[in-house]
Amino acid sequence: MTRLRELIRENSRNPNAIAYAAMAIAALTFPGIAQFATGGNADYLVSLAADGGVFILLAIGLNVVVGFAGLLDLGYAAFFAIGSYTYGMLASQQLISSPIHHALHVPFWIALVLGTFIAAGAGALLGAPTLRLRGDYLAIVTLGFGEIVPRFFRNMKDWTSGVNGISALDIPTLPFWITGPWANAQLGIEQNFRFVSFNPTAWYVLVIILVVGSVIGVNNLYGSRLGRAWMAVREDETAAAAMGVNTVNTKLLAFAIGASFSGFAGAFYGAKLSLVSPDSFGFIVSITILSMVVLGGMGNIPGAMIGALLLYWVLYKFLPDAPQQVAALADNLGFHGLNTVTPNWPGIAEFVSRLKFILFGLILVSIMLLRPQGLLPSRLRTQELKRGVHDEPVAAPTV
Amino acid sequence: MSTDQKPILSLQGVIKRFGGLTAVDQVSFDVAKGQVFALIGPNGAGKTTLFNCITGMHVPTAGRVVFEGRDIAGSKPYKTAQLGIARTFQNIRLFEYMSALDNVKVGEHVRMKAKLWDAIFRTPFARREEREVSERAMEFLKFVGIERHADNYARNLAYGQQRRLEIARALATEPHLLLLDEPAAGFTPQEKVELMKLVDKIIARGITVFLIEHDMKVVMEVSQRIVVLDHGEKIAEGPPTEVRNNPRVIEAYLGKSA
Repeated sequence: MTRLRELIRENSRNPNAIAYAAMAIAALTFPGIAQFATGGNADYLVSLAADGGVFILLAIGLNVVVGFAGLLDLGYAAFFAIGSYTYGMLASQQLISSPIHHALHVPFWIALVLGTFIAAGAGALLGAPTLRLRGDYLAIVTLGFGEIVPRFFRNMKDWTSGVNGISALDIPTLPFWITGPWANAQLGIEQNFRFVSFNPTAWYVLVIILVVGSVIGVNNLYGSRLGRAWMAVREDETAAAAMGVNTVNTKLLAFAIGASFSGFAGAFYGAKLSLVSPDSFGFIVSITILSMVVLGGMGNIPGAMIGALLLYWVLYKFLPDAPQQVAALADNLGFHGLNTVTPNWPGIAEFVSRLKFILFGLILVSIMLLRPQGLLPSRLRTQELKRGVHDEPVAAPTV
Repeated sequence: MSTDQKPILSLQGVIKRFGGLTAVDQVSFDVAKGQVFALIGPNGAGKTTLFNCITGMHVPTAGRVVFEGRDIAGSKPYKTAQLGIARTFQNIRLFEYMSALDNVKVGEHVRMKAKLWDAIFRTPFARREEREVSERAMEFLKFVGIERHADNYARNLAYGQQRRLEIARALATEPHLLLLDEPAAGFTPQEKVELMKLVDKIIARGITVFLIEHDMKVVMEVSQRIVVLDHGEKIAEGPPTEVRNNPRVIEAYLGKSA
């Protein structure tokens, strides 16, 4: 208990620790509270939150590339596509119609790992020719890569069904699973569990586990030799090389590790939707993820996560709901006229719905104006050494 | 001690051309182990270019750069750092948005062994190494006298402290040869005295120091041997007293009397 109290005292002024704690509590209680608040009809909300988790994973991954290593990547959705298509092709009837005439049904858990490594490989592949490029030039090449990959999947009709995408992907299974009131069920162990789409809580739990694992891994990387090398390359590549950092390997690893996150996020996303379509991975997805990272605080893991949560909520909950909300508000306030459709007035709901993207833009611009460094900016890493070491009085030279 | 008689660094006919411009022209000299060796010359004489040829930032157009018996001309910068050549920069190049301590820890990167796996899972090995590296980095900061600023962003340090931090970072690579590019630039006389003391301390650690410097007082006092470059050519070499009175050196610095 005293250790817990100490931990709380030590971190009570650390915004990152507070953010982690708040997110952990929210993540644990969200399904229960949502079900309770809606009287058991929150499956849709929980499912939405699970999809939000995918964007958190993507933001964590892109943060490695952009935030840590300072490599501006505008084609990050390409790796997301690669992860999704890996699962789509390896775990469905799809490959029967392909030139190999044989469906593969790789279990989800193996596909998750495969997707991770294939995306990492693609990341290194993209990294290799771009190593000499910096800044804007790198951004343009990654932009090109981001455009090529979805088109590639669209045009490989024999393998990927082209524009139709791949549907009816295999449902992940587990030998057993714990169910309980949080999923509108009796507490107990369910054998031969299947991750079906009408059980969003299971998906939610799975994505939380993936996020927690990712955060731990990336956090370890951040404090490691490799993490420092990434930051050194970001700050001054020439000086980093002069200090013995192999900048080529360091940058390739940043691309590969960053991509690996969207690899398994993609496999998860494909499995959850049970559908992989080339339209899900356009430029707008790359830009959205990048906005999440920048908005949250580049180079800071909880910052990127909060940015992802906020933007995801704005894009997938706040803006879609805004028209009805405004209409209801107008009704409640007695402005019934606003909801009356006339030839010159489409009604407040339709009006707001047309303004959606202006609203989105306004939100982005105002956040960046108010907090240019991001919601939760990267802080100086605190000393791992004991306090005493640099507290002792020293005869400091005047320099 | 015959090995000590061998030069730690030997330049043999090094040429560096940028297009039609010859920045370094047929320069040869030896740097003896344990010495303070200085490279001087007017602005644009090719001093920094020569440093870049030694550390691998430039590939010499011709010639050999022999470090500890091995030709390193054209090696990548990180390779030369691995072999034991560290440097500082004329215009300070720190990792600005990293703490002073982390700057030094990047210097130790090259002597660390943790692999990707260790980093992701924070294995006991990685933890132990991180702890050791932190402690050693702190010692390097103490060595140059800025340990109180370990937690500050490098960019927030005062100018003199930044120069010291650069030296600490270079020392953290555990070099045999340390190249200092104008370490006293912009220093007050008092700071210059401190710097000369620091150079003595570095020599005492068994590290050979090779520096570029404009301040004649510093150069004459601290170095045992001097090479003078002008327009990329070596015009003089010798102990300070000899170089100071060399008519070609005086001409290069002050111009020909009419």
